[in-house]
Amino acid sequence: MNTTLKHGPDPEDAALRVTEVTKTFQVGRSASGNNRLRALDGVSLTIGRGETLGLVGESGCGKSTLARTLMLLEKPDSGTVDFEGRDPFALRGKDLLSWRRRVQMVFQDPFASLNARMTAGQIIAEPWATHRGLYKTSREREARLNELLQLVGLRPSDARKSPQEFSGGQRQRIGIARALALNPDLIILDEPVSALDLSVQAQVLNLLNDLQQKLGVSYLFISHDLSVVRHVTDRVAVMYLGRVIETGDTEDVFERPLHPYTASLMSASPRLDPAARPAERIVLRGELPSPVDPPSGCRFRTRCWKAQDICAEQAPPRVTAADAGRVALPLPSIGEPTLHAAECHFPLADRAEAGLAASATGA
Amino acid sequence: MTMTALPHTDSTTGKGRQAVLDVEGLDVDIRTPQGTVRAVSDAGFTAYAGQTMALLGESGCGKSMTAKAVAGLLDPIAHIAGGTIRLNGRELAGLAERDRLKIAGTELGIVFQDALTALNPVYPVGVQIGESFRIHRGMNRKRARAEAIALMGRVGIPEPESRVDAYPHQFSGGMRQRILIAMAVALGPRLLIADEPTTALDVTVQAQIMELLRRLRTEEDMAVVLITHDLAVVAEEADAVTVMYAGTVAETGSVDQVFARPAHPYTRGLLDSVPVNAERGSQLSSIAGSPPELKDIPAGCVYQDRCPLASAICRVERPALREVAPGQHAACHFADQVQDSTTLQEARP
Repeated sequence: MNTTLKHGPDPEDAALRVTEVTKTFQVGRSASGNNRLRALDGVSLTIGRGETLGLVGESGCGKSTLARTLMLLEKPDSGTVDFEGRDPFALRGKDLLSWRRRVQMVFQDPFASLNARMTAGQIIAEPWATHRGLYKTSREREARLNELLQLVGLRPSDARKSPQEFSGGQRQRIGIARALALNPDLIILDEPVSALDLSVQAQVLNLLNDLQQKLGVSYLFISHDLSVVRHVTDRVAVMYLGRVIETGDTEDVFERPLHPYTASLMSASPRLDPAARPAERIVLRGELPSPVDPPSGCRFRTRCWKAQDICAEQAPPRVTAADAGRVALPLPSIGEPTLHAAECHFPLADRAEAGLAASATGA
Repeated sequence: MTMTALPHTDSTTGKGRQAVLDVEGLDVDIRTPQGTVRAVSDAGFTAYAGQTMALLGESGCGKSMTAKAVAGLLDPIAHIAGGTIRLNGRELAGLAERDRLKIAGTELGIVFQDALTALNPVYPVGVQIGESFRIHRGMNRKRARAEAIALMGRVGIPEPESRVDAYPHQFSGGMRQRILIAMAVALGPRLLIADEPTTALDVTVQAQIMELLRRLRTEEDMAVVLITHDLAVVAEEADAVTVMYAGTVAETGSVDQVFARPAHPYTRGLLDSVPVNAERGSQLSSIAGSPPELKDIPAGCVYQDRCPLASAICRVERPALREVAPGQHAACHFADQVQDSTTLQEARP
């Protein structure tokens, strides 16, 4: 295994397992008279210990609802969330508190997510007011605060400053320190670098990587920036209109997507390197349909160039890379092939069909 | 879905093409409670017909301010303190307000980042698109509406006849951006300024909007100034690039030249921090620190505090933009070393 990789991520040793979770919201009636928005429609995924799972998809696909569900801010209508054999939604009192300690979140906007009336030190220490048992004496808390500040690359003296005195990248470091304050097992990173300038993004991504190596924490990394996702994640789940439509080892999914939607995402993202640019770009027609009235059968069919009658009539089957006549790539860390699967009637056969064949002039 | 061939960037930037916009030595000052600060200092670039010039930089680098100065849309607290802005050979800096209004729309169009706030929520989109025909061409309501419908069709809004009376909130983000683009190109301007036109959009929609801008640029032979912080978008969409940092131009030239052989350590640092081809999970190269506040811009080189090459001369003398290759200019005392070495460490004096 590559030593620059994290603590042997192992998707089989799941820290968190989400199974067939659905969540419906009541909304204003649409043109068709429907008033139920199915934000999550049977979402299943696992996050391994010490692993980074990427979650990608366009706005409105259900990424944030999923994150909120894992934070126990939304209760699923059906399906289960399993964290080390326990269902967090059945927990009460102390057990619930302990679960909350173990799943923390870093938000997208470091300007909105920090209270301007508190100092950085107060912000980072605030979780201890709820989780009183963690650090009992003020001396312990002080020591831990300094440790956290150093861990995220800030100085102990920064604890007395207020958020306004920091740059965007430094604020995001405060948000990360706050998430780490309770020694969580899983951190949900909701677009953690998309509000940051490029030169600062790299600093924060490096920090997240270092922290994972040091602490063995798992990440759910939500992002729309595919080049970032490719760099930081071990596995990736692609969402479309409330469903995970493809999952697999990140490199496998990026190199040889099975689902036409995944292929169109890869093909549509701009590339810096002319040699890596596809000769032709798949430009989808139209935009994401309303989740209030999702298309019948396969929900991607209205924008899909491979769609046929069956796609409107039947929900797409789950196909694996092997079903599509491919050999799954072994995951470098454990040497075993990870399951690369998608929900599609007509999965893509190869890179050329996925529109990823490199341009002849660029190569 | 369609397959579209990607654009081919033209390394012979500007050759044989008409210069539509020529900015030279532009200074923009902002009044703040702490006194006047210079937001843009000695900025210059040229945009040619049928080509895209990208203004690239991080937030606060002055790229939007530069574009606003060109468009005559500076906030009341900001003003042009020096330099020239020539549009089709005509000087814009110091132009009277009335003459300014005349060129808005006819000679230059602008597309903003946030289409929802750029559109008026209480008027149907058709009225807003048709407005410029009524003001500049003296058309009546009916004719302006017909023009609006035609334009909506041209920018790819399906069923324009039935959507013309809809309100902005009834459109998706991508469609709203198309409406803004329709408004910007309505009167056939020679220059189109697009300020982060796809930043708020999803990647599949971004590809659609970029395709539309490309098509319109070719059809109208417009010069496009594309303001962005996204290096990959520049690499794919622009012919030439002007990299800005802390209100100054760090480097300018054709995209091919600048991205293949950057001569400014900042450009180099930006390119290195993009996670492409980097080993998964490996350390990304990053630029230490963060950009200076406008009030704290140091004397000498504006980039000295973050530059691995900074030495004595950088503290005292601000490097002027100078030619490092035909058509490529950089503002660095060590531009040649940066260009000739494979890593910044190697270029260290």
